[in-house]
Order: sequence, then structure tokens, then C-alpha cells
Amino acid sequence: MNKHLLVIFPHPDDESFGASGTIAHYRREGIPVTYVCATLGEMGRGMGNPPFANRETLPQIRKKELEEACRVLDIQDLRLLGLRDKTLEFEDLDELADRIGAIIQEIDPHLIMTFYPGYSVHPDHDTCGAAVIRAVEKMPADKRPTVHCVAFSKNCVDELGKADVVRDVSDVEDKKVAAIKAHRSQVEGYRGGLKEKLDNKDPETMRWLLKERFWTYRFDR
Amino acid sequence: MDPIVPDRIQKELDRFSKQDVYIHLETTNGAYASHHDEKAINVGAYIRNARIQYSRGKIRGDGPYRVGLKMESGWVYAEGLTHGEVDPKGRLLLAGHNREGKLTVALQLSFEPFE
Ligand SMILES: [Zn+2]
Repeated sequence: MNKHLLVIFPHPDDESFGASGTIAHYRREGIPVTYVCATLGEMGRGMGNPPFANRETLPQIRKKELEEACRVLDIQDLRLLGLRDKTLEFEDLDELADRIGAIIQEIDPHLIMTFYPGYSVHPDHDTCGAAVIRAVEKMPADKRPTVHCVAFSKNCVDELGKADVVRDVSDVEDKKVAAIKAHRSQVEGYRGGLKEKLDNKDPETMRWLLKERFWTYRFDR
Repeated sequence: MDPIVPDRIQKELDRFSKQDVYIHLETTNGAYASHHDEKAINVGAYIRNARIQYSRGKIRGDGPYRVGLKMESGWVYAEGLTHGEVDPKGRLLLAGHNREGKLTVALQLSFEPFE
């Protein structure tokens, strides 16, 4: 079976924080990566510091930042679903699942990466994950790709157990840091001075970023 | 965006008054407020492309600024505004940013619907 990684997240920068090291590993092995990004993060609060974006220019700025992150990570297939930030949970879940299902059909991925529904803090994250899970659930059990979920809610380890996939991505640190920094409007002014910590390679920050954790979704539960 | 110069913004509020205009009004403390602080509650609201008409609009305060728009039977109000600009499409964009540069409030007026 030909390998193909399908990454599905709702916001530009989700891929860089949660999965860019893993993506870089796959690309290094020559495995194609398709990234489906559901929104342009139109309602993000980060505008740069000092602000260089505004509510109306932010979508196009974030689109360029996303394209730059994809260039850094060598993602050659970027697809935008054109939904609006913060509204995913108000869309029809089956409709969203069917759009994602059509992409799964077309790409036939061996692995999908998305957010763990219910354990990913932002309603768009949870809804995106739920739509992916529903799309995969609709497939015959023996045809389903593996689904690796990112989770980071306070209760995720208590309720899901420890992540079963932990990937050390320190050998692609440069790529991960560059991918995050590509999202300039979001990184400047990020909580706790992330930009400076990345510039100075703050040890605690790097430890956090260079281990990527995933929970394999169990469809039999 | 530039720091607000009240006189300039007042002229813009006058320019949009007494006719149909589209409004974008928003405030938020972000989707992660309660994730980072258990005592915090995520709060946010926005309305985009409501069509309104106001008879008088004023900007007040010493910065951050407040704006009130008096409508026939109600009010539009925003506070904490720090930055403003008239964008290339002639729309008035006002916003408030916190110390990290994060948007906390926005009030925008346009003769055409926002995209
Ligand atoms: Zn996100």
C-alpha cells in the first residue's frame, strides 16, 4: 500500500504547533502529505505585535502565512475548505464529514492526523476532529485508515490515558521552529513571549515542542 | 493600524451617519481564556453585516476610547478602542488591542457588506 499522510485541522498554525515535526519526517521519507485546513482563522485575536493586521486583512495574511509554513514543511497539497473560524460547530456535522470523506476517498491515506474530539479545547478543533471521525466511521471497518489525534485539554491524560504515539522531532527542530514562525501574526504576542523563547531556544519551550503526542483513535470503543 | 486620533475618527463617524451602513462589532477574550486560567470564562460576541442607521456618532475618552452610535431606537457601543484606520475600500476599522497586541474589541463601518 502506498503511504500518504492526510492532515486535517481547522486553523492555520494548528499543523505547525501540533504535527509539523511528524510532517517533516514523512516528507523526508518521500511520503506525500495533504493538508486540509478548514478555515483561515479569520476571527483570530493575534494581529502581530505591534499589530500589522486588522480584522479585514487577517484572512489573506494568514493564508500567506499558511502557504509559507507549507513551503517550509514541503507540503505540496494544501486544500482550504473555506469555512469561517469559530463557526464549525454550527455547521451540519454530516455535511462536513461528507466533504472530508470525499477527500479521504480520493487520497486513500494510510494515516490521518486531526484533533481528538472533546479533548482539544477550541470548539473548531473538537468539531473538526468529530467530522473526521464520523467520516472514517462511515467507511467499512477493514478499509479505515489509522487516525492519530492531537489532544491538549486539561483532562485529556486523565480520561484518555497517556498518548500512545510520542514522536521525538528534535532532528527537524529547524523546520518545526520555522513553520511556527511562519505564522507571524499569531506568534508575535503569543502567551508567555513564545517568539523570544523560540529565538533563544528556551529549553522548556523546546522540550514541549519537540515531542509530538498523538492518541490513536479507537473505533471499537 | 494607527493609534487613534480622535478628531480624525470623529470626522469618519460623521461621514457614515444618517444613512444605511453595515456594521461589524465584536469583543472577545479568546477561545483559550478558561484553558489558561481556570477562574476565567470564555466570553465573546460578534455581529457581522447588520445594517443600521445612526443619527449621531461620537468618540469619547482619553484613550483607550469609547464610541457610541445613537440609532432611532437603540444604541451601538464599544469601549477599549486603541487603533483605527480607513482601509483602501473606505471602510472605517476601529479596534482595541491589549499589551500583547491581541484584538479585544472591534467596531467597523462600511457602505458595502464585509466579505
Ligand atoms: Zn486552532
